[in-house]
Amino acid sequence: MRNKAGWRKAVLVVGVTCLLGGAVRVASQGSKSSTPVEVKIDNFSFSPTPVTVPVGTTIKWTNHDDIPHTVVSDDKSTFRSKPMDTDETFTYTFTKPGTYTYFCSIHPKMVAKVVVQ
Amino acid sequence: MTKQWKDQIEVDHNHDGIDRRGFLKCMAWAGTGTLCVMQGGVLKSFALSRFNESDATAAAKAELSFAQISDSHMGFNKAANTDVAGTLKAAVDKLNALPSAPEFLLHTGDISHLSKPEEFDAVEQILKSASAQQVFYVPGEHDVTDGDGKQYLDRYGKNTQGAGWYSFEKRGVHFVGLVNVMNLKAGGLGSLGPEQLEWLKKDLEPLGTSTPIVVFAHIPLWSVYPDWGWGTDDSAQALELLKRFGSVAVLNGHIHQTMQKVEGSVTFHTAASTAFPQPHPGQAEGPGPMKVPAEELRKLLGITDVNFVRGRDAVAIVDGSLA
Repeated sequence: MRNKAGWRKAVLVVGVTCLLGGAVRVASQGSKSSTPVEVKIDNFSFSPTPVTVPVGTTIKWTNHDDIPHTVVSDDKSTFRSKPMDTDETFTYTFTKPGTYTYFCSIHPKMVAKVVVQ
Repeated sequence: MTKQWKDQIEVDHNHDGIDRRGFLKCMAWAGTGTLCVMQGGVLKSFALSRFNESDATAAAKAELSFAQISDSHMGFNKAANTDVAGTLKAAVDKLNALPSAPEFLLHTGDISHLSKPEEFDAVEQILKSASAQQVFYVPGEHDVTDGDGKQYLDRYGKNTQGAGWYSFEKRGVHFVGLVNVMNLKAGGLGSLGPEQLEWLKKDLEPLGTSTPIVVFAHIPLWSVYPDWGWGTDDSAQALELLKRFGSVAVLNGHIHQTMQKVEGSVTFHTAASTAFPQPHPGQAEGPGPMKVPAEELRKLLGITDVNFVRGRDAVAIVDGSLA
């Protein structure tokens, strides 16, 4: 830009944009994670448990066992995965606060908990 | 030549007709080819290697012969066994070579690994080579992973009730197939449920106490190892209904190893898998597939031969490996 006024305007525009962008990022950190929280399934158990996350978090379960497992909320309706074979995954995004106990419907002794705040 | 039952044990310590010391001896031989014959409440055992010709003839003249196979897990392909179709075929060969040709088979569940149609189809195809053409199934938890058991019931639900339970007669022996893998609750074990127990009560009601009973279900109906889900929450109610009968055999699968227990007139038995072994209770971190050296695998897989002998108050349950 050749004249000073135009240059100053440009700086102002860029500055405002940066501020806005920064605000969005802060807001996003407050309400939702950008990467899913990992829960692994190993030796017939879920870990970590319990896991505490903010509202809007996505949890990703990965099965490391040589046998299929499922991820099913105790009420059997809030979330319910298909059977996951070795290395398969299941994700669920928790949009409401609360305590969610879940289990493997094939091996019901496997129980775990997610606390959403 | 008279039969030498060298290991015949008839010491009735508790005055209830059960020889516990003899039973423990019998248990120690389990898996190496032991014939444990429950006759009139007294356990007699002798090793198959000393099973002479006249014994073989007696077994061949058994009033009723059938076989139990279990846990074929068609579709499983991990390290513990990358060829479950091959080992199931070996099991069929073993069945076809039994001295007392089984008239029919009981499959105590986990037919498939992931309840997929092609897995069920593959098992049926392989079992077509068995000389025993009639197969009675009960589902394992791997057969009902679709939640409502539709894949299983579409195939095997005919003439059954509820989640797939049923009964039938064979030459005066009453067979009951139970389903304890549906509607499992978080933290729970196997479950029969009130509807099935009510049905069982009515089903057994008209039978005389001398009717031999065979109950078959996937998950053990006794508490083998609850930490690993090896038990059924409400089996006590079923066993209460079976208490009055003089001869009850309970055949289960699920644990992928042979185990036997006698309680009063009830003989509990679990079969080996035809697919992969699992560890003994508490011997590993979890009850998953157990990897063994390739040459050991078939020793830990197997079938079970069951014969009702001489007037039907004796049932012989013999486990044989695929080695």
